[in-house]
Amino acid sequence: MRTSLFVSASFATLLAALPAHAQKEIQWWHAMGGNLGETVNQLAAEFNKSQTAFKVVPVYKGSYTETLTAAIAAFRARQNAHPHIVQVFEVGTATMMAAKGAIYPVHQLMADAKEPFDPKAYIGPVYGYYSTTDGKLLSMPFNSSTPVLYWNKELFQKAGLDPEKPPKTWPELGEMGKKLVAAGAKCGFTPQWQTWTMIENFGAWHNLPFATKQNGFGGIDIELKFNSPAHVKHIQTLADWGKEKVFVYGGREGKSTPLFNSGDCAMHIASSASAAGIQKALGAEKVGIAMMPYWPDVIAKPQNSIIGGATLWVLQGKPKDEYPGVAKFFAFLSKPEIQAKWHQETGYVPITLAAAELTEESGFYKKFPGREVAVKQLTLNPPTENSKGLRIGNFVQIRDVMDEELESVWSGKKTAKQALDDAVARGNKLLKDFEAANK
Amino acid sequence: MHKRVTFDTKLLPYLLLLPQIFVTIAFFIWPSAQAVWQSFLLEDAFGGRTQFLCSGLLTDPLAGDTWQRCFRHFDRLLSDSGYWHSVRVTLFFSLMVAAIGLALSLLLAVMADRTIRGGTVYKTFLIWPYAVASAVAGVLFGFMFNPRVGTLAYTLSALGFDWNHQLNGNQALWLVILAACWNQISYNFLFFLAGLQSIPKSLIEAAAIDGAGPGRRFWTIVFPLLSPTGFFLLVVNIIYVFIGTFGIIDALTQGGPGQATEILVFKVYKDGFRGQDFGGSAAQSTILMMVMIALTVVQFRFIERRVHY
Repeated sequence: MRTSLFVSASFATLLAALPAHAQKEIQWWHAMGGNLGETVNQLAAEFNKSQTAFKVVPVYKGSYTETLTAAIAAFRARQNAHPHIVQVFEVGTATMMAAKGAIYPVHQLMADAKEPFDPKAYIGPVYGYYSTTDGKLLSMPFNSSTPVLYWNKELFQKAGLDPEKPPKTWPELGEMGKKLVAAGAKCGFTPQWQTWTMIENFGAWHNLPFATKQNGFGGIDIELKFNSPAHVKHIQTLADWGKEKVFVYGGREGKSTPLFNSGDCAMHIASSASAAGIQKALGAEKVGIAMMPYWPDVIAKPQNSIIGGATLWVLQGKPKDEYPGVAKFFAFLSKPEIQAKWHQETGYVPITLAAAELTEESGFYKKFPGREVAVKQLTLNPPTENSKGLRIGNFVQIRDVMDEELESVWSGKKTAKQALDDAVARGNKLLKDFEAANK
Repeated sequence: MHKRVTFDTKLLPYLLLLPQIFVTIAFFIWPSAQAVWQSFLLEDAFGGRTQFLCSGLLTDPLAGDTWQRCFRHFDRLLSDSGYWHSVRVTLFFSLMVAAIGLALSLLLAVMADRTIRGGTVYKTFLIWPYAVASAVAGVLFGFMFNPRVGTLAYTLSALGFDWNHQLNGNQALWLVILAACWNQISYNFLFFLAGLQSIPKSLIEAAAIDGAGPGRRFWTIVFPLLSPTGFFLLVVNIIYVFIGTFGIIDALTQGGPGQATEILVFKVYKDGFRGQDFGGSAAQSTILMMVMIALTVVQFRFIERRVHY
């Protein structure tokens, strides 16, 4: 990271030293490492080639939290060293929104720069997660994903199950898990990013609230709600399955994915953006991708899932004549062909409907079956108050609290009811702090 | 005759001190003062709406809730069970690392002191781990004990021991204790070895002539003469564990599972840099700083005095 920083820094000075050129630079701090980082660089290079007035300079700043912290530190230093664009993960949304003097809302940016902008072109749950209650977009959706079910067809066959028939409901998943373990699988099912998949998306999928006031979209004086009987039953069932290895906890964030990639676990609920990596590890033909299972006694038909990932926020305090470049870049990013390419190369969902259609027409989904599931799941039904998204203050800490309490369930220290009640109580305290700091 | 070195001008000594004073102010006093100041502020992440919490004290110092408001972050911390949990973990962690690390390094130092052939080789090898940065030590141990691919975890499970420090809090805590001990033993070893070598051989030989065996010689002569070194190392070790083990924790467990290995200094980082709760994080730093100052005072006041050179 340091070398890339150094290289881009020296590159920047070099450019600054060259006179004559009136090209204005747009700094873009992001958290996309490895292959994703290269795709980001390609996007910027393509934009830079498409026009001459502006030059987007992407800078990799480490993890999501490191990127956000770096941007905050640079902004607070007031030395004009902060970037125009910073990539912030979805749990940082409330923090960014609350920083009213620091951010330049995207809808306003587009209007000020007179760039054409049509909210209806975007996929509902992607757009809704990052807009105000009256539908005004605050940050530019960039990389969005949603959890989907992956299953290992080989292990299914070994257990005498139909390899082309994934579980549709949680009771089915439990039954299949037992058969799989009986047939020698080391683990039936493991989830990735457990708070996101097993609580946040579980709620949206079953149309249950995560917090009051439309999951926080309606205000910051809210309370958490994820200790409902349905949530408790779900978590307790997983804990009970844990005794027979039908459910195995593989660690926080994405740490459980190696368990699925190594063929230990037969089923995995993970981000749709993991698809490329998983298909590479196990072989595309051995992995199936399907929608998440649901509890038929909670909801007759699943609602829709919500997204994770990150968006691009525009920061205030840069010279006025540089912002039109940001608007132009955002318009460029929303183009169907750019979005379709991003979607196909990374597994993130396209942010516009046109990009999804373009991918469909290109025959990509026929070649990589299952990659269309994420979009289908997000657009399954028009989003409700409970499935539009989450807008929770101090969300990073609240997720840590949820992780801690869930871990105490998996290790048998607490029952699901105790742990979720405790998580809600501890989380509510953090929400009160957020309310006090942002009144 | 006592010859005194004096400076011709009064200014010169201050000029010579200046670089050191500058470094101390710029890198220690200024940031510390900032942390204390920030622990009395309420602000959003970008610093847009900063409120000074103690402003009420100037106008109405007698009202009870103005004090509570002023010390809001401290009040919140001290009433948070998670914070006290972190305090307990830190105490247990530091006592264990100090006790185990000191005992093992003393044993090694005594052994290395006795060896005649190849002594330098042993000593050199024993000093090596100190050159390993604590973050790297954390990664190394994390790799060896990784429940899926770690060689030691594999050996443990072959012996019928179910190892998974990512899930089992007690195992995680012992693992970071082990890693911290390993990282710190060389430092202790160096001091113990120097201490041992400064004990006059004549004392030990006299005791041997009087018929004292090796065990008796160690406990009645070597150990008491070594105790100042031991006390010094105890304090240094506790300070190391409080502050210096951050890298191990961050690389190995990130404070988890649950909050099993969340020591105070890691919580400062987590709340500040992950959670953007700058006020609360600054209050934790302030408390930690006061504990460190107290420990250092104890060391200089009571322990340094007893050192016999």
